[in-house]
Amino acid sequence: MAREKAIPEVDIVVDEEKGVIREVKPVNYRSKSAHERRVNRGIYAILIIMSIIWLCPFVFLVLQSFRCESGGQVNYLIPKQFGFDNYIFLFKESNFPKWYLNTLSIAMVCAVVQTIITLSVSYTLSRMRFRGRKLIMKMILVLGMFPGFLTMICLYFLLKQLGLTQAGAIPGLILIYCASSGMGYYISKGFFDTIPKSLDESARIDGATRFQVFKKIIMPLSKPIVIYTILMAFMGPWGDYVFASYVAFGRNESYNVAVGLYDWVNTNDYQGYFTRFCAGGVLVAIPITALFLALQRYYVEGVTGGAVKG
Amino acid sequence: MTELEFLKLSKPQKIGYQLLQFFAGLPGRLWGGLKKLGMFFVNLAVKLWDEIKDICLTFKDGDWKTRLSYVVMGFGSAARGQVFRGILFFLFQTVFNMYMIFFGGAYLAKFGTLGTVETTKVNRKTVYGDNSFLILLYGILTIFFIIAAIYTWRVNIKQNKVSEQILKSGKKLKGAKDDIAALADTQFHKTLLSLPMIGIFLFTIVPIIFMVLVAFTNYDYQHQSPAKLFTWVGLENFRTLLSPDSASYGNTFGQVLLWTLIWAFFATFLNYFLGMLVAIMINKKGIKLKKMWRTIFVMTIAIPQFVSLLYVSKMFAADGIINSLLMGWGWIKQPLPFWTNPRWAQVTVIIINIWIGIPYLMLIATGILMNIPADLYESARIDGANAIQTYSRITLPYMLFVTGPYLLTSFIGNINNFNVIFLLTQGKPDVLGNSAGSTDLLITWLYAMTVDNTNYKMAACIGIIVFVVCAVINLVVYNLIPSVKNEEDFQ
Repeated sequence: MAREKAIPEVDIVVDEEKGVIREVKPVNYRSKSAHERRVNRGIYAILIIMSIIWLCPFVFLVLQSFRCESGGQVNYLIPKQFGFDNYIFLFKESNFPKWYLNTLSIAMVCAVVQTIITLSVSYTLSRMRFRGRKLIMKMILVLGMFPGFLTMICLYFLLKQLGLTQAGAIPGLILIYCASSGMGYYISKGFFDTIPKSLDESARIDGATRFQVFKKIIMPLSKPIVIYTILMAFMGPWGDYVFASYVAFGRNESYNVAVGLYDWVNTNDYQGYFTRFCAGGVLVAIPITALFLALQRYYVEGVTGGAVKG
Repeated sequence: MTELEFLKLSKPQKIGYQLLQFFAGLPGRLWGGLKKLGMFFVNLAVKLWDEIKDICLTFKDGDWKTRLSYVVMGFGSAARGQVFRGILFFLFQTVFNMYMIFFGGAYLAKFGTLGTVETTKVNRKTVYGDNSFLILLYGILTIFFIIAAIYTWRVNIKQNKVSEQILKSGKKLKGAKDDIAALADTQFHKTLLSLPMIGIFLFTIVPIIFMVLVAFTNYDYQHQSPAKLFTWVGLENFRTLLSPDSASYGNTFGQVLLWTLIWAFFATFLNYFLGMLVAIMINKKGIKLKKMWRTIFVMTIAIPQFVSLLYVSKMFAADGIINSLLMGWGWIKQPLPFWTNPRWAQVTVIIINIWIGIPYLMLIATGILMNIPADLYESARIDGANAIQTYSRITLPYMLFVTGPYLLTSFIGNINNFNVIFLLTQGKPDVLGNSAGSTDLLITWLYAMTVDNTNYKMAACIGIIVFVVCAVINLVVYNLIPSVKNEEDFQ
């Protein structure tokens, strides 16, 4: 309070160019000056324009999905005839429900298995000191620099040997997604590193085994990173086109949504399938987006933590 | 140059000086690296010699149980009461022997030639010969298995020696129960890591070694197994890829590499600065509905890329909504060649990538901006700094320092940014030849080679080149940015 009173009513400023003493209104810390209001108005304008650009495609997508009069691209936005024709086609005449179920089951299994694997690797590398620890970390760093698709052919034939392609594409894909998930340990390791080690040590002195420390001390503190890992593992399979199309190769029933819808857009007859693709896209996007927005807080924590720590 | 002189330099001078130092120090560092590598091998040889000596000494000094364990693994352990361990060792040996006799040995023998017996047709029936693919794959697996077997054999011997000493000193050996209990305690890392490591070994390491080796073979559409054989050709493929003359790949490769680097540069830094700008705008005091703005931008992260990017790619097509609307309003006569003109396509891809990339940066920057001490800004304002000055003197340096490592990973990630290019253009428009298009990155080119051309050998070569590019960038940057170096092991 005392400081606020100390601010003088009028600031006296020496204008050196003109060599005169000018009186200037005091800086008011409570209300905005006209200048600042103008800046804010400008920012609002920019944000609104950007929001429109950002949301446009999604609004268009939804609008197109309800269009009944033609299946291709048209030169107007608002459909002349609204209806659920495209959605009905998805469920009655196409394999879309099957694709959806495939993707969902892959995503659910991955969410569980990948989370367990990622967390155990990152916990081990963060908390325990053993021979070969640095070696493992360096090895994963080097392996990560190879492009992912390099190994695609080899993995395909490997899965083929196991009978996990085409008809068995679903378990095959789960195997591929989960097998290497230990390599994505960085973000959760960064999180575990921030939990004080003294917690572990005091528990160890009290006679807890390492497993008990993990279960009773670390896990309850790690809810944000567990949720982040589950979210990422669950969302990953929905967007994978490359491996999914290669492993399912030509077998329509084993496609996931990405492969199925991609094929619709990129066939020669895509004009007829365009609105159907939009409808499918909407059905995929809605649950994923809802889930993501609900858990946004954890995502932000994971991403920012990961960026700062490397 | 002393520390003081260095501090007096201006920003660009400092960077230039550091770059100069880096390249001046390069030969020294290379020499140092070579020396380290040499020492590594010397050390390895010394260690190996010690091991062999120890193995011989153990045989000489050990009792008959130990000596028998040299042939029958696990015998010593079992005879001394550690039945559980003994059985495990013995099982491993049995499996290994069976594998080598009935399976691995035959493949390993053909590893040098990758098969000599062609598949032929006799009276309309196909008689299968050697399968080069399987020979290469199982050859690698067998080599790893042999290394594992030698290691286990060595552990088995060491165990005998240790057990003998423990028994001599009058102590008791650990039983099976203790062994299992240790897996949840002192050996807990083995429990946690074994499964993930097996996964990484089988589905990452083996395939990568396989593909690296494929780069030295002639495995392509003319040599597809099992119908045809393929074999080792040495450095032939790299010569084709890198030589600028002839109808070879050199020219295309140069163009694709250049575009990959340009793309990675713009995709990283444009997004970085624009994303930061958006974050600053949203975080500014007095801007309301902060959460709503963030949510709107985050939508592009939430919606699966194949939906959003495929749709956007169609929006910009010749018959897409953007061209239709512009033509409908009479602003243009012809559709704009977003995807058909190479330059247009490249620019469009970069711009659409901003749409995808800003939200990530906005989230990251928001977190970091909140951590900048507010009194820094306060004092800057009292000193009369304007918005641009506070940005360039406080916000930007702070951000750059904290996100240095992120910029590096992001640059590498953009070199390998498959999704954006593939879903938007699939590398088209196709003009470069050798199935590369003008928007193809190395990684999408690799994909096209694999899937469309079944040109596995060249795909493998490109993969190795991508690895080299990433590794070089990593090394250079690690040596230049202090914050990256310090965060290498971020503990």
